[in-house]
Amino acid sequence: MQDGQQDRAVGSFRVWEALVAILFIIFGSIVVFDSRRLGASWGSDGPQAGYFPFYIGVVIIIASAFNLYGAFSRAEYARKAFVYRGQLKMVLTVMVPSIAYVALINNPVYSLGIYEASIVFIAFFMRVLGKYGWAKIVAVSVGVMTAFFLMFEVWFKVPLPKGPIEALLGFR
Amino acid sequence: MAEINSLLGGFAVALTWFNLMLMFAGIVLGVIIGVLPGLGGANGVAILLPLTFTLAQQPGGATSAIILLSCIYWGALFGGAITSVLFNIPGEPWSVATTFDGYPLAQQGRAGNALAAAFTSSFVGALIAVVMITFLSPLVAKFALRFGPPEFFSVYLLTFCAFVGMSKGAPMKTVAAMMMGFAMAAVGIDIVTGQLRLTFGFTELLKGFDFLIAVIGLFGIGEILLTIEEGLVFKGASAKLNMRVVLETWKELPRYWKTSLRSSAVGCLMGIVPGGATPASFMSYGVAKRMSPNGQKFGTGQVEGVVAPETAAHAAGTSALLPMLTLGVPGSPTAAVLLGGLMIWGLQPGPLLFVEKADFVWGLIASMYLGNIVGLIVVLTCVPLFASILRVPFSIIAPVILVICAIGAFTVHTSLFDVWLMLVFGVMGYVFKKLDYPLAPLVLALVLGDRAEDSFRQSMLLSQGDLRIFFRNELVGFVTTLSLILLFWPLISRGLDILRGRNGERPSPKE
Repeated sequence: MQDGQQDRAVGSFRVWEALVAILFIIFGSIVVFDSRRLGASWGSDGPQAGYFPFYIGVVIIIASAFNLYGAFSRAEYARKAFVYRGQLKMVLTVMVPSIAYVALINNPVYSLGIYEASIVFIAFFMRVLGKYGWAKIVAVSVGVMTAFFLMFEVWFKVPLPKGPIEALLGFR
Repeated sequence: MAEINSLLGGFAVALTWFNLMLMFAGIVLGVIIGVLPGLGGANGVAILLPLTFTLAQQPGGATSAIILLSCIYWGALFGGAITSVLFNIPGEPWSVATTFDGYPLAQQGRAGNALAAAFTSSFVGALIAVVMITFLSPLVAKFALRFGPPEFFSVYLLTFCAFVGMSKGAPMKTVAAMMMGFAMAAVGIDIVTGQLRLTFGFTELLKGFDFLIAVIGLFGIGEILLTIEEGLVFKGASAKLNMRVVLETWKELPRYWKTSLRSSAVGCLMGIVPGGATPASFMSYGVAKRMSPNGQKFGTGQVEGVVAPETAAHAAGTSALLPMLTLGVPGSPTAAVLLGGLMIWGLQPGPLLFVEKADFVWGLIASMYLGNIVGLIVVLTCVPLFASILRVPFSIIAPVILVICAIGAFTVHTSLFDVWLMLVFGVMGYVFKKLDYPLAPLVLALVLGDRAEDSFRQSMLLSQGDLRIFFRNELVGFVTTLSLILLFWPLISRGLDILRGRNGERPSPKE
């Protein structure tokens, strides 16, 4: 955090506090709306399905209204940076490949299964962030996933999504 | 003494070679989980829970499964101390206070003393808490057998109000996060009426949100994102822990017996209350600082300053299992995950467990004694090994942890949708942590939501919608009143401050 002083901030605390509080209010409204649809009052045989969630939704809205007010009533929130651009870049270098990774495991076009996708994922990190040589990358990524394969498929017998290599080796 | 007999029976259940092996494996895994960034007690146990599904099916397997999982928990508690002392990174929120004196000690080259003191006092704190569980839990369970729906609801209410009353941050954020957990717990098929709630036509939402996915995402992925944001350099003191240093520290420790006892008492009391471990560690550090003759020097590297928070944190972490076992109300996120495990294995947590599954309960309690002994031996002998894990570069550790989280999320229901959900929870955890929205109440509400709602509905049926049922006798009235006091405590304490002539502004929490 200290070395980020020159870095540009992406949104102040105030903006993010307000944004999250508004999202909470929307969420609470959805809960209230759906509970009303189900019936939030007293039916012939006791409380209806929406009875409990209705009040939960109401409390969410009230509490978030307070939080929204709090976001604007504190002066220091406007100055405090939520996240610096450099930090956000680091966070995205984890998030974006993670999304790609989950997409690789299973998709309509060509699914790799969890083992091969993980090998690609670990290799990507080691190459891009760690700048390792390929020999080391292959050793670590394949080694780790082989260990996981033995642990899940063989020892604990927990089936995970499998890809083309396992199919070749005869595992289903 | 019926408890002693039951306990001996429990030792007979727990003391098999297979269970001892599981204990050892659990502790080692737990310490690794506690040391690694992004993995902690709660999500570590959550990820490994699916591995126990087949184990728990065998006769007596549920006991072995809970031994494995609870030992992971003890291991994670021990592991938190290693990172706090050597790297100044608290692995869990309750080891923050350990860094105050632990890290200065390490910088002075006395890391060995700090670690030996931390481990030993953790052990002492846990042991005292286990003794308390041994003798108190049968009484509480027997008492709770008489509970009806209103009593249970008032206990749930107390659990959740305690979060509001004891939280350091903004109380409205605690309320919002907690209610979000309740709302998410309501998603799916309503078990009473069979209607679909909050699914909006998505078939994936029929089974609702599984709290294990939430735990893995919020604590695991969220934590990784926070860690990576800070840059990736771990600068650690080296750890050498030989027998001489350990013995030297052990000679010093009896001097602090008063601090130990006080901290254990604080820990046991606060641990029963949900979310108590973190305040317990800070409180006992503060108390020790005030009461100790060399309290002035706290913060500069005092062994006593390590003893106090560690004893209290472990005592609290252990006694958090007391309400989980006897009432079915977990005191911490990790206890919540263990409770979820019990339910998945087909055991109904609550007072009846002591009657119907006495083997299981006493096996678990006996394993707490054994597990902490095994844990102390493992950590004292293997510290350098565990510390070296943190020296593995982050570009290798981070993807491997993410893969472990993904596999863990997948195996809960063998559903890939859950892995996507985990990523969403991860982003949520990251933003919530940055904005000081507490995650523990959210998770606990997600776990207990259905059961709290059930007991509320049943109470309402009993009373035909009259809320006065929560004051129908002394017991439920007392618990409800206590809950309301805790719920409005932030307002009450502010009011008291104004009455005393101070201004209502609360001091900002120390970072």
